[in-house]
Amino acid sequence: MRSSGQTTGTRASTGLKVAAAAGLAFLHLPLLLIFLYAFTTEEKSYQFPPPGLTFKWFAVAWARDDIWAAISLSAQVAAVSTLIAMLLGTLAAGAVARSRFFGRETVSLLIILPIALPGIITGIALRSAFSLAEIPFSFWTIVLGHATFCVVVVYNNAVARLRRASGSLIEASMDLGADGFQTFRLVILPNLATALLAGGMLAFALSFDEVIVTTFTAGQQSTLPIWMLTELVRPRQRPVTNVVAVFVIAVTFIPILAAYYLTREGQHSGGEGK
Amino acid sequence: MADAALTSNAVERGGGGLRRFSDVLVTRPRLLLLILLAPPLVWLGVVYLGSLFALLLQSFFSIDEFSGLIQHEFTLKTYGELLQPANLDIILRTVTMAACVTLASAAIAFPIAYYAARYARGRWKALFYLAVMLPLWSSYLVRVYSWKLILAKEGILNWVFAELHLTWLLDVLLALPVIGGPSLSISYIGTFLVFLYIWLPFMILPIQASLERVPGSLIEASGDLGATPRQAFATVILPLALPGIVAGSIFTFSLTLGDYIIPQIVGSSRLFIGQAVYTHQGTAGNIPLAAAFTVVPIVIMGFYLWGAKKLGAFNAL
Repeated sequence: MRSSGQTTGTRASTGLKVAAAAGLAFLHLPLLLIFLYAFTTEEKSYQFPPPGLTFKWFAVAWARDDIWAAISLSAQVAAVSTLIAMLLGTLAAGAVARSRFFGRETVSLLIILPIALPGIITGIALRSAFSLAEIPFSFWTIVLGHATFCVVVVYNNAVARLRRASGSLIEASMDLGADGFQTFRLVILPNLATALLAGGMLAFALSFDEVIVTTFTAGQQSTLPIWMLTELVRPRQRPVTNVVAVFVIAVTFIPILAAYYLTREGQHSGGEGK
Repeated sequence: MADAALTSNAVERGGGGLRRFSDVLVTRPRLLLLILLAPPLVWLGVVYLGSLFALLLQSFFSIDEFSGLIQHEFTLKTYGELLQPANLDIILRTVTMAACVTLASAAIAFPIAYYAARYARGRWKALFYLAVMLPLWSSYLVRVYSWKLILAKEGILNWVFAELHLTWLLDVLLALPVIGGPSLSISYIGTFLVFLYIWLPFMILPIQASLERVPGSLIEASGDLGATPRQAFATVILPLALPGIVAGSIFTFSLTLGDYIIPQIVGSSRLFIGQAVYTHQGTAGNIPLAAAFTVVPIVIMGFYLWGAKKLGAFNAL
């Protein structure tokens, strides 16, 4: 908590409270609506209020093979992309956080660029490169795209943690006779672990529901977001789509919440250490 | 003497190959740096920058109108095509939408950010933070989808208007030229609402970050010196929060420029830049024109970032 804010003892005006609450409601009510629609008995339209409520669609969705295939592909892509991103992101963070070198700013820029430029540019650039190099679309072309924009998430988390960790710890470990690898394993890695885990979880969530780049780098395969996109454009069983949407919300919320608690804890212990 | 002690020490520690390698790395930080940097740089340099340059290169090729094949010769013909009135329309439409979305999201984000920065404490502060972070990170597509439910003719928004006996107001709104349309989900109003909803969290966080840095004593001082709350806002708070607003606008502007899914799902059939790129590379097979179209947001964002840097927005990120 910053000390500066505490000096103002005055309370918020009603207008400000209402505006803030309305803004937050605008951010959250639409997602709640999807939960409601997952239980509707109306199949052909988005009628509100729903004429009746049922659990039927969860069973229908459960029995659909195309949904399971899409979930499985998305999970595999996200897992592999996250692993690659964690490796590359940690390496880059190690280089940028610990030393100053010529072109350091350029390296940070290069890592941020895939997410700073609109996804469509990354997508079409990769697609045209694949066609120029005559690489057929596959599982790996999807992973290639996802890993590229996931690096930044891991990198950001790792850099923030490495900057907080004091360099004297590493020097102390070296002075006490540990070699570079032992220092990495026994000192740097335990310090970095929660930040890496948080970065990995965010990367997983990012990859799991990425759609813009994926439409360009996937051939016939459909990840879960691609499956949803086709359902959005040409709806077949609307309530089933709602059930899948609820599932996606759950799958992405859990890692986001976990990542938040992991890095928050780290901030406290890091702050106390100093 | 000291040397001898060091060597014996190293021998004692049983210097295996790994150990020797580690010692080399410690004594040569440049080598360590190279080993750390090489994999990410090769990946991003080859995979990402390589593809990006290949794409930009293709915007200088052109397509043969008769055969539909790409001619691999340097030409500015494709850029000439880009400047045709129909394509300029697309660019203008997208930029206008991006500007509207940016202004509206700044207006909605400010009270949330201000409350979170100045009044929320402890548990509430964490709750505010999560309330912004969860939508920011959660599924883009599901969030777009929720608006398809909301804006549908038989959906909740029309129902609310009907319950309040305000259907006439909605009809008036939809009858407006340009921004209106047959229904909310097939109008610019609908597209605008979805863009606003999706990118709003990107605006809240930087504004909050910049407001956290405004000392409360400054606002009290302005009050003590006789400023009304309105004056304090206009002359003290807003100028200090401006870098945050500009930083947030980088996201809302850039993301709106490049999006092609939202206008495809909610909106009229008139194209945005992203959709133009998508159709030209896909069904039309006109990669050069698609590539030239992607140059537009890159150039616009280049100027935007340059201006933002002058306003000090990067310190607020």
